[in-house]
Amino acid sequence: MAIDWKRYDSTPFYDELIESPGRPRDPARALAEYLASLDAGEIHSRKQAADSAILEMGISFTVYTEGENIDRAWPFDIIPRVIARQEWDQVQAGLEQRLTALNLFIDDIYNEQRIFQDKVIPRYVLNQSKNFREQCVGIKPPHGVWAHICGSDLVRDGDGQFFVLEDNLRVPSGVSYMLENRQVTKRVFPELFENSSILPVDEYPTQLFDMLAAISPRPQDYPEIVVLTPGIYNSAYFEHSFLAQRMGAELVEGADLVVDDDDCVYMRTIDGLERVDVIYRRIDDEFLDPEVFNPDSMLGVPGLMRAWRKGNVGLANAPGAGVADDKVMYAYVPDIIRYYLDQEPIIPNVPTYLCVNEKDRAYVLDHLDELVVKPANESGGYGMLVGPHASKKQRAEFAQLIKKNPRNYIAQPTLDLSVAPTLCGDEIEPRHLDLRPFILQGVRTDVTAGGLTRVAMRRGSLVVNSSQGGGSKDTWIVDEEN
Amino acid sequence: MLSRVAERVYWMARYVERAENTARMVMAFNLLALDMPKSVQLSWKGLVEVTGNEGQFDNHYQRDDERNCVKFLLADDDNPSSVLNSLRAARENVRTTRDLVPSEAWEVMNELYLFARDRIDQGIGKRGRFDFLSEVIQRCQTLTGLLAGTMSHDAAYDFIRLGRNLERADMGTRQIDVGALRHLKKDGEDPEPYEGLLWTSILRSQSGFQMYRQHVKRRINGVDVVRFLLQDNAFPRAVTHTLNQVQDALEKLPNNELPLRLVIQARRHATSAQVHELIKEDGLHAFIDVLQRDIGEIHGANATTWFLAVPAQGQAVA
Repeated sequence: MAIDWKRYDSTPFYDELIESPGRPRDPARALAEYLASLDAGEIHSRKQAADSAILEMGISFTVYTEGENIDRAWPFDIIPRVIARQEWDQVQAGLEQRLTALNLFIDDIYNEQRIFQDKVIPRYVLNQSKNFREQCVGIKPPHGVWAHICGSDLVRDGDGQFFVLEDNLRVPSGVSYMLENRQVTKRVFPELFENSSILPVDEYPTQLFDMLAAISPRPQDYPEIVVLTPGIYNSAYFEHSFLAQRMGAELVEGADLVVDDDDCVYMRTIDGLERVDVIYRRIDDEFLDPEVFNPDSMLGVPGLMRAWRKGNVGLANAPGAGVADDKVMYAYVPDIIRYYLDQEPIIPNVPTYLCVNEKDRAYVLDHLDELVVKPANESGGYGMLVGPHASKKQRAEFAQLIKKNPRNYIAQPTLDLSVAPTLCGDEIEPRHLDLRPFILQGVRTDVTAGGLTRVAMRRGSLVVNSSQGGGSKDTWIVDEEN
Repeated sequence: MLSRVAERVYWMARYVERAENTARMVMAFNLLALDMPKSVQLSWKGLVEVTGNEGQFDNHYQRDDERNCVKFLLADDDNPSSVLNSLRAARENVRTTRDLVPSEAWEVMNELYLFARDRIDQGIGKRGRFDFLSEVIQRCQTLTGLLAGTMSHDAAYDFIRLGRNLERADMGTRQIDVGALRHLKKDGEDPEPYEGLLWTSILRSQSGFQMYRQHVKRRINGVDVVRFLLQDNAFPRAVTHTLNQVQDALEKLPNNELPLRLVIQARRHATSAQVHELIKEDGLHAFIDVLQRDIGEIHGANATTWFLAVPAQGQAVA
């Protein structure tokens, strides 16, 4: 059966494409009309074309279960998510503002610590932060930038307002899937690209390369840039290899690198040792340098911090940048923006209760059935409680956890996440989604046009992580004036 | 070029070649089996012996019948060089060098592995075997051709050539060795009734039947086949030809003294052999043993010269 938008009803949620049954939003009109013109067989064959393209292109992610690594095909929904360019321009300005403030904040933390002296943020927040690295104190990386690559998760509530849900400042992943999603969509719906003005996303690898080149300690030469991966068993290995390939950079593992007596980093090649200028590292801080961090790490490079401290190598993201992305720090980001930039935040935060504050904690414990409770330092959707969907027993367990270690938990209201029409079997149904744009900051700041849209493929579910059954969509920023 | 990457593309080439060679060998023997009258018992176990993995085979199977042998050669996890294991390892090596090899090569490699994995039962069964094996061979060759035609012939490609030709040399010597043990008669003995067919099958295993016909022009006989497979300079799977290619690739690589010296020595061994005399004096097996050791030493020299002394974490090279 062909798609009939009059029969598609996503109330009470904000729908990204369809305003009310039968009425597409302006930027999505061409897409909605086009989809409605296809019969069921045609849609089915597009879906198959997408699946086989993904398999052939080898777009995959790795899941580690039961002691085995399984390479799964990337889950992809063929119906794009559409955002108007005018609206996006605002979001983009908000993201630039946010990362600029966060970098000023991180630099301040590792140097003067003015923000604590001025009592904008209580000092205990820093003292208890898991991601603060005392080994980084006093370091001044080029341009004052610590978080060069940031992936911020955005959601919309029932009114369509965008909120920042979290900032990922350590080793955010997903950008390769954003790029590949576009490639697949171009193969599947080439007609649509001819008649609408969809902003391209392909510049990202070039921008990434330029940003990395800008932090090279030897700017006069052609910089030798490498991507440092934990190896093929990492869930994001596909992305590491993808980005290295697109940038023409070497993809290296810890064993390929060595820090010599001159405190410079070299890679082992068939010609012998070759100097490395910039490392885009996709290994967590703790594993980066066994001399300084976890001594048992087999993934890292002994002496790397020495080389970085001396300014002999550029590291992106800088070690210690994660101090600004834990969920307690998150609650202070609006204050951080006001403090460093003297501006009001363009994109609001989701209201956040810090369980460490007595008043907040009492509220959270009283309203566990309405709130989402998250550990301060986890990612990937693990270890959280979605109050309205949890059992009484689970809520009681979480109440204990919170009382035992209040600093480790924050709570937020359950948002009515927006939805978009998604192909589920042969039917089109609304599914919840979020959006992860990527922001690059070096000498200049670049934001991807759109980002990675992740979809919760199960009806009613809010969990969009691919490791837990989430899917993805191509994201279109459509310029209606063009 | 990174040492680790050199190692991986080298093994990628070896495994693709190994998968192709094994598939071709099974296919040739399969055709031979169809030609033989019922009264003649063919030993499928001979194919297992060519791969040198009869130990693993004996650990797992009581009977060395056709089905078990073919399953072992094509599909078994316990056979480190089964077609499926070789393709899996090749794919893993391409997957981990995707930043370097042309992306179509990854697509072809990935599809080839998925094809083999999903259709392996066809290959084990009698009816679909020919189609399955032809398809595997063809796709391996597509990959080889794609790399030759789309990848810069730089150091990475030299390591690919190196791996591919060493693997060919290895397989070629094994085929000669097992074929010779099985079928060669010393002067004066009566030839086996189907000797011609058996030697044809060995030629086919190396895809050399047609070229042999064109270049040797004589009746098919053991001495000429061995000479052709060992010493022909023009046939791409003849041992001397592959060693020439190895030398060629080595000459372009940095710090190549040791492996280069070894390959020149191996080539001298191969070209100077008096095949007729060796067979007459029962010395072929011992001779091939030496040659195989030469080939093993070239591999070892490659590893010490260019590859990482301590293998990187969790890699699937060898």
